[in-house]
Amino acid sequence: MTSIKQELRHASKATREDVFGKVITYCCVAVIAVLVISILYFIASRGIATFTVNHVSLWSFISQTSWNPGLLDAHGQPQIGALAMMVTSFTVTILAAIIATPFALAVALYMTEIAPNRGARILQPVIELLVGIPSVVYGFIGLTVVVPYIRHLFGGTGMGILAGTLVLFVMILPTVTTLSVDALNALPGYLRDASLALGATRWQTIHKVLLRAATPRLLTAVIFGMARAFGEALAVQMVIGNAVLMPHGLVTPTATLTSQLTTQIGNTVMGTLPNNALWSLALVLLVMSLIFNLLIRFIGKRGQLS
Amino acid sequence: MTPTRLDKVATKVIEVFVACVVLILLFLLSTILIQGVPHLSWHFLTSPSQSFAAGGGIVDQLFNSLYLLVLTLLISLPLAIGSAVYLNEYASDNWLTGLLRTAIEVLSSLPSVVVGLFGYLLFVIHFHFGFSILSGAIALTFFNLPLLTRSIEGALAAISDTQREAGLALGLSAWRTIRGVILPAALPGIVTGVILSAGRVFGEAAALIYTAGQSAPVVNYTNWNPLSSDSFLNPMRPAETLAVHIWKVNTEGVTPDAVSISAGASAVLIIVILLFNFLARLIGRHLYRKMTGNSNK
Amino acid sequence: MATYDLTAHHIIEPGGPIALSTEKLQVFYGRQQAIFDATLNFPANQITALIGASGSGKSTYLRSLNRMNDKVARVTGKIMYQETNINDRTINVYAVRRHLGMVFQRPNPFAKSIYDNLTFALKATGIKSRTILDDRVEQSLKEAALWEEVKEDLHKSALALSGGQQQRLCIARALATQPEILLLDEPASALDPISTAKIEVTLKRLVERYTIIIVTHNMQQAARLSSYTAFLHLGHLIEFDKTPTIFQNPEMTATQDYITGNFG
Repeated sequence: MTSIKQELRHASKATREDVFGKVITYCCVAVIAVLVISILYFIASRGIATFTVNHVSLWSFISQTSWNPGLLDAHGQPQIGALAMMVTSFTVTILAAIIATPFALAVALYMTEIAPNRGARILQPVIELLVGIPSVVYGFIGLTVVVPYIRHLFGGTGMGILAGTLVLFVMILPTVTTLSVDALNALPGYLRDASLALGATRWQTIHKVLLRAATPRLLTAVIFGMARAFGEALAVQMVIGNAVLMPHGLVTPTATLTSQLTTQIGNTVMGTLPNNALWSLALVLLVMSLIFNLLIRFIGKRGQLS
Repeated sequence: MTPTRLDKVATKVIEVFVACVVLILLFLLSTILIQGVPHLSWHFLTSPSQSFAAGGGIVDQLFNSLYLLVLTLLISLPLAIGSAVYLNEYASDNWLTGLLRTAIEVLSSLPSVVVGLFGYLLFVIHFHFGFSILSGAIALTFFNLPLLTRSIEGALAAISDTQREAGLALGLSAWRTIRGVILPAALPGIVTGVILSAGRVFGEAAALIYTAGQSAPVVNYTNWNPLSSDSFLNPMRPAETLAVHIWKVNTEGVTPDAVSISAGASAVLIIVILLFNFLARLIGRHLYRKMTGNSNK
Repeated sequence: MATYDLTAHHIIEPGGPIALSTEKLQVFYGRQQAIFDATLNFPANQITALIGASGSGKSTYLRSLNRMNDKVARVTGKIMYQETNINDRTINVYAVRRHLGMVFQRPNPFAKSIYDNLTFALKATGIKSRTILDDRVEQSLKEAALWEEVKEDLHKSALALSGGQQQRLCIARALATQPEILLLDEPASALDPISTAKIEVTLKRLVERYTIIIVTHNMQQAARLSSYTAFLHLGHLIEFDKTPTIFQNPEMTATQDYITGNFG
């Protein structure tokens, strides 16, 4: 009898196991947290050097289009204007999202509303395969199939925003689709039943009830896709033309933030202005990724409230 | 137009869009395979690459990709399991947990090129690792961690709370219950997640260009000493992977048969990734059946 | 439903030794109070039934006894077991739960073999000897009246058993760690009548060696099984008495109304 009492009063192996488990797993998440903080810190500290160490004005960085960090202009100022790259990055991102959205919605509606069983069985692997194709392979197809075709149609090199958009559209399609499917599946069944019971056709139900109710989550799906498109590097770099010029049309060579980064960072020396300028581009990418993240949270919260 | 007619038209339109997506995938797969498979040969798979001459193979790149994948999983799997267990089993619902979740979300939404550049800055330059397999594996770990953590967390969350209660009610520690009951029960989901993430890691290039580097030095496949500089296992040597190789021959344009090499290499990449997907399903299903006892004689 | 004076109660002192008791036990979910001042002595080697409508707090009360509510609720007051207040931060909860075994509403065997289900907790406490493990498996399966049905298939997955067999396996699993008290939370509510009958027979035999506390929403079951019954209403312990008294001649109106089916 006394042994039970003692057992109750003293820590046992199980007590120690739980302390151990908590410490171990806590360390694992702590590693991730430290990692994220150091990524933010290192990229930011490198990225702002252009402005704090080299005294380039932030305004000229975001408003000028000539990018020539190695050279000085007539006023003796280095030419560090990232506007052209930002415009191209945003253009390909937005265009890709505009094209991808109807396709993604159609697939999602087909999988959830029109043919939930058969559709999902066929389309789920299709989506998974699209996710599985690596970005360099998308770039390679873009380079060997899309670019020559555009060249054939419009002349020129075939590289540019159009080629970049087409490649990105397919790349973000699975992301947007999967999240749209989740959005539609999350709708309560009674919405559907009530609308149909009132005599609405399937399309009226989809159009007037389901899409409307799912709007916030569908919006976050598209933003997720845009975030992916904005940050995609290699596939775009392979088809965009890599000339830091303001785009004058959809088929002239230009450059995105990511393409400039991937092609140039190896050609500059750490700590020099041309190198710092590239880190500033990376910082823009980082900030944009945070903004996309915030937008998704914001819309997600609004969606929950309504 | 009457509502019924509109309904029919709308359905048709949706079907056309869906058909387009399926056709795009079929087109992609067939292009990759039709362009690539004719270039596949024993010679292609087993000879070293050539920078300035035609007829190079991909043996080093193929090995590097696999070696990096193994190292990456070795580093990221324990971390991801630990984090997922913390988030799903131990974490209480407070601001700290919220912050940690946000950190993971931020990491997962960072462009892989940014993650690669961070690896370049910290490991290649700061810690003097140089362009090396180790730097590459760490960068890939960063890239892989958030998604792997999330998929494992999902697998854990799918295990019914009644299992946790059962363990606790027997006087077991939560840790023992997690290790002995929850993790094994979540194994099919975890394995599927790991294999799918392996596919992503295998095809990733942007995070590697400035970490594992873009050169594949000649290595000695009979030297098993990882500390020796020409050993194939040496983690401090630069290692161009298959995906990086495709990017490089297309971007630099000094290899005369760049197109056929990339076509062949793309086909290999896709075949390996298809294999991973297929394996993920097969193994996941097999484990699930084994555990629920349906396949027992 | 009528409103009753929730502060009035009729709680008797059971005869014989006491296995477990609570003193002024209160349970809070956040700000919501789920159990109010429950003071009760559970007689040893008897079946005590906890009855009450849904939301009466009977399951909450039961789950507080072996500290299963630690993470989800705040529990104040004393739970006395072995002359020790086990509702205390310094108490080893793992030991508490080993001595106060628990069986849940839905059968929850681990996704392991029958044998591993029974030995998992034993191995965790450091028992390695194959003969001891084998003995415990046989003994607890026999106690739970499952041995004859599964003795040939001990290494088969427990998930392949029927619902009723799974629940008896869960009882056996709880018995394998050799507890003194068995807490059962509506153990037969998810089962068919035949399985339920088997469980009841099993419990009646077990009471010779164990103290049993069972939550049930089934009044016939309470009447058939238990020798003492406690009635809870809206978190208050209203009445505790010998089972025949509760069902034939209850002291309190609320009990009377619940027994006769006026609410719940």
